[in-house]
Amino acid sequence: MVELVWLVPTLPLFGFCLLLLTGHLLGEPRAGWIATIAAGASFVVTLVVFVGLLGKDSHGGERSYEFILFEWLPAGSLKVEAGFLVDPLSITMALFVTGVGALIHLYSIGYMHEDPKYSKFFLYLNLFLFSMLMLVFGNNLVVTFLGWEGVGACSYFLISFWHERDSAATAGKKAFVTNRVGDWGFMIATFAIWSALGTVTYTEISHSPAMSAATGTAVSLLLFVAAAGKSAQLPLYVWLPDAMEGPTPVSAMVHAATMVTSGVYLLVRMNSVLTDDALLVIAVVGGATALFAALCAVAQHDIKKVLAYSTISQLGYMFLAIGSGAYVAAIFHVITHAFFKALLFLGSGSVIHGMHDEQDMRKMGALRVAMPITAGTFIVGWLAIAGVPPFAGFWSKDEILLAAWEQKNIGPLLWAVGLVTALLTAYYMSRQVILVFFGEQRWEEDVHPHESAWTMTAPLCVLAVAAIAGGAINLPLIKDWLVLEHFLEPIFHHPHHFSSGTATKIVLAIISVVAGLIGISIATLVWLMRRIPSDNLEPEFLENAMYVDSTYARVVGGVGTSSFQKTADFDAEVVDGTVNGVGRLVTKVGQLIQPTQSGYMRNYAVGVAIGALAIVVVLAWGLLL
Amino acid sequence: MEITTGWYLVLGALLFVIGGTGLLIRRNPLVMLMCVELMLNGVNLSFVAFARQLDDIGGQTVVFFVLVVAAAEVVVGLGLVVAILRRQPGATADDLSALRG
Amino acid sequence: MVDTLVFIVAAAICLTGALGVILARNPVHSALMLVMTLFGIAVQFVAQEAHFLAAVQVIVYAGAIVVLFLFVIMLLGVDRAQNLELSILPIQRWAALVFAAGSLVILGALIVVVNEPVTGAEAMGGTASGDENVRLLARSLFSDHVYAFELTSLLLVIAVIGAVVLARKPKDIQSATIEEPGNN
Repeated sequence: MVELVWLVPTLPLFGFCLLLLTGHLLGEPRAGWIATIAAGASFVVTLVVFVGLLGKDSHGGERSYEFILFEWLPAGSLKVEAGFLVDPLSITMALFVTGVGALIHLYSIGYMHEDPKYSKFFLYLNLFLFSMLMLVFGNNLVVTFLGWEGVGACSYFLISFWHERDSAATAGKKAFVTNRVGDWGFMIATFAIWSALGTVTYTEISHSPAMSAATGTAVSLLLFVAAAGKSAQLPLYVWLPDAMEGPTPVSAMVHAATMVTSGVYLLVRMNSVLTDDALLVIAVVGGATALFAALCAVAQHDIKKVLAYSTISQLGYMFLAIGSGAYVAAIFHVITHAFFKALLFLGSGSVIHGMHDEQDMRKMGALRVAMPITAGTFIVGWLAIAGVPPFAGFWSKDEILLAAWEQKNIGPLLWAVGLVTALLTAYYMSRQVILVFFGEQRWEEDVHPHESAWTMTAPLCVLAVAAIAGGAINLPLIKDWLVLEHFLEPIFHHPHHFSSGTATKIVLAIISVVAGLIGISIATLVWLMRRIPSDNLEPEFLENAMYVDSTYARVVGGVGTSSFQKTADFDAEVVDGTVNGVGRLVTKVGQLIQPTQSGYMRNYAVGVAIGALAIVVVLAWGLLL
Repeated sequence: MEITTGWYLVLGALLFVIGGTGLLIRRNPLVMLMCVELMLNGVNLSFVAFARQLDDIGGQTVVFFVLVVAAAEVVVGLGLVVAILRRQPGATADDLSALRG
Repeated sequence: MVDTLVFIVAAAICLTGALGVILARNPVHSALMLVMTLFGIAVQFVAQEAHFLAAVQVIVYAGAIVVLFLFVIMLLGVDRAQNLELSILPIQRWAALVFAAGSLVILGALIVVVNEPVTGAEAMGGTASGDENVRLLARSLFSDHVYAFELTSLLLVIAVIGAVVLARKPKDIQSATIEEPGNN
């Protein structure tokens, strides 16, 4: 059954092609259902493959199966195949990608109701799913890169979906260009790996001898640049808040659950290459990003922007985990984050939809009465992200904090950063929940909020269940309950083991829960009970994300633009000049030769005669000599 | 002095060269056609000389065919010349330069 | 002895005629010089025991083709034409010189290389294979080369038709096309 893996990306690809050709004929809602069925079928096949993989023998042996479709790039000693790698890591990623993806497809049927470009949206979604699955299932860096670029392109398409709005078109471009910087890192890293190890296939890389320390660190950092671009870490995170211009299902799918986790996936996949120095850098950047984004989220007024910065912050946690060597913790957080973040985004979409496209939280309030299902599921998501046990977020975040604590260089510092971020997370999420669902209503008279259709609320409920129960896949303290860790064990050459004692673990867990509760309480005091004035808690500095964007604009716009201009001039004059010069040369030569075409028959006869003479000489050369 | 094949060949070669030179330097189309006939005759002579030397009647057969084809060629060529000169009396080969590039 | 004399005289006739063709101003003179050359060639054919060809040469070439030339010359009045000297195109003279010199050299070299004494000298007359020249020629023509023979007859028909079409007066063409649809 594992051989069916080729179906998994093919089903959404088929959906894409079908909708591309007949989308506007099918119209709403059939186009949406076709896309959803393609995604759902893909999920079912993934389950089948998963069951097949479980059935294979695991202990001791490697649980990885490669399926080569064809040889894609044979070039000298470089062998790149178009192949799929089915192993615990890829199947784990594929499961939640297809699962959450299918739910979001279903949700979009209701959300995109009456949009004039309805079918186009779904074909982009299907194409995105295909690209993401190719990224995850690829058996070598090049196939993954194909998916990597594909998701980048689809992200661009989807962010600027309503491209009549200038801000949306600009946001799409910004995302694409920033991602490109990351892609550059990916490509250079691929070249370096091939040059050092002679292969780009994952199974061969993990069995290769280690590279020299310098090369290894360089490659690791380049891979991290790629991951930073895709997964929005400092300094390449700037595109993600702007990406909220896209429709909310896009924000949920691409920018919460799937695309942004591809950077995490890449680093976990390439774990055998990452050196300790690079890992330290990754941990520091991850932690710094987490804290930075959490601070920015505190002062946002747009319901989606809060969640965007929250995503950046949570991604920072994942990289913090990777940097501390706890890859399983990172993947665990990827999964739980996919559940609760998608839930939160879809919930916010439901709110926006019900409030007729109002996104400013200052104009909401007391919506729990008008939208009970949305409110209930959103609260579940809130509790999960705030790290309240027994919701899923608590288990994964806690494992990360523990790994940070144990990091050998600056463990306690990283742990402290993580803890403060957890507190801030709890605070700003509680602030959001209170502003939207509790308090007095602050909306205008002509707005009548209502609950959304079942196609939108059903996915919310499913995700809420996942957010509650998701922690069960990797409960700590008892060895048998660490299901995920055992499942993923064959991927890692040096599996991470937590060295702290049980007492330390419990103490740290309690501290993080307390931090979360403190955050919730502060938010309640400020926003719900109005005991503390809120004026100083939303400084402009944070609202404008510490002016990072404008700094970029000044630098790139100033120095950058002039160098770009020079490059463009070089291209126009030198490169084009050369190309045109070749054309001019050809014309010149033609003009030189023109006199031979005199039109006079006798001149041509001369040519024939002398030519015939020459041929006779050539033919009789042997005789004559 | 024995007349060997070579003498005939020399004569044929001379006729050929004279005809070829005439073709290149005369402008009257009719004279040019006559020069072509000269060249063909030079070749015919060579064929017959070889037929005799190699004891193969095939050489003379070739000459026969050359004769036939030359006749046909002259017919058509003169037809063309008539057609052109009727339109443009006094035209020479140099006046027909419409295919100038 | 006689052979040599015959050869030299005939060769002289040929060459004089050839030079006359290319150097005469009046195209009628060129045609007559051509006749002279053709006659000289016929003599050479006879000397080489190719009797049939000699006869055909005189009848077809000198008798028909040159007469055709003369018809056209007279028809078009080219004999009175102007300005028919040697070429005035720039490189043409030099090119002709190059061609002449080069060809002579090459052909001379080749001839010297392949020159051998005549072997089947009188064979063409009929002694060796016991047949006469005409019979040999006919046998070769109608057995080995019969397809080529048939094709040349086709070629002649095409040439005749081509000549008729080419030489029609423009008025003839128009009147011909107007008359045709009138058939009932």
